[in-house]
Amino acid sequence: MSEFLPTGIQVAYLVAASLFIIGLKKLGSPATARNGNLLASVGMLLAVVATLLDRQVLNYEMILAGIAIGSLIGAIAAQKVAMTAMPQMVGLFNGLGGAASALVAIAEYWRLLGNASAIAPDSNISIILSVFIGGVTFTGSMIAFAKLQGIMSGAPIKFPFQQTLNILLLVGFGIASVYLLVSVPNPTVFLGIIGLSLVLGVLFVIPIGGGDMPVVVSLLNSLSGVAASAAGFVVMNNVLIISGALVGASGLILTQIMCKAMNRTLPSVLFSGFGTAEGTA
Amino acid sequence: MTESLIGALFVFVLASFTGFEVINKVPPTLHTPLMSGANAISGISVIGALIVAGDRSWNLSIILGLLAVVLATINVVGGFLVTDRMLQMFKKKEA
Repeated sequence: MSEFLPTGIQVAYLVAASLFIIGLKKLGSPATARNGNLLASVGMLLAVVATLLDRQVLNYEMILAGIAIGSLIGAIAAQKVAMTAMPQMVGLFNGLGGAASALVAIAEYWRLLGNASAIAPDSNISIILSVFIGGVTFTGSMIAFAKLQGIMSGAPIKFPFQQTLNILLLVGFGIASVYLLVSVPNPTVFLGIIGLSLVLGVLFVIPIGGGDMPVVVSLLNSLSGVAASAAGFVVMNNVLIISGALVGASGLILTQIMCKAMNRTLPSVLFSGFGTAEGTA
Repeated sequence: MTESLIGALFVFVLASFTGFEVINKVPPTLHTPLMSGANAISGISVIGALIVAGDRSWNLSIILGLLAVVLATINVVGGFLVTDRMLQMFKKKEA
């Protein structure tokens, strides 16, 4: 919908994307890390201001109120959190980001439904992917948060036929997605895939032990990048696609580095809960 | 539409390669701050949220969009602030 943004806004997006790349690079080295974080936050501010100047964004009062509420909650949470509780805080923030990406896709689906014409297959695929990845990131991160915070036991939760259930739910998701792609838009089936995504996120994280949660948070962080990128395909916005892909890829590399530091491999972290029960926590 | 989709796919793939290349040899103390900083950047979905919440009308799309604005802003603001707090402590330790 924002394919024909004025040039100035596109240039601002380009600068923002560059700042994210430089910021990430600098975050990897102790001497420049703080500066890198600052550069990335300037990039974000630039992207937000540029978007607000867009002619399509009219709903200023409500949006500014939303930004104010979000900033306040974010700032208070960031101030109050104990240094030892950082991984779960990142997990919590990450989950909210994933939820936001999914909500963008759901909102766009609803808007397209209102237009009453058939939804183009490429929009449809982007929306389904965004809902799925965003939904899994959201509930998965919430479980990771609960485990690290001690709200939930850190022990792996396993039950009979867990893997069978996972596969059945995934197959169900696949069937529902194909149905949405080939038939007329159907809000009930769409609600179904939202629900399945949320359930799959929970099932993905509960069999993993508390000791491995930081790695899982890192992986979910990578996923939330992919979710943002998918949301970028939904609204056809380059800065979302670039930043999301950037976080998706760098997050994956970081996850592997973290696994290596713990002398583990990623598959052993993810599937230890399924196959051979290793004591990890 | 298809042409813009292909263009978007190019952007996606090239940005992914950039992401792979930008991270190398991170010291273990920086793992959590880097994760947190990257997480704040993934809050970029706030831009998508602003776009879908942009219409001046009241319907479910706008409400969902506004909710997404709030959630993504928490992610962005909280994420950057928390990263800075961690890095601040890191610096003090060195001094």
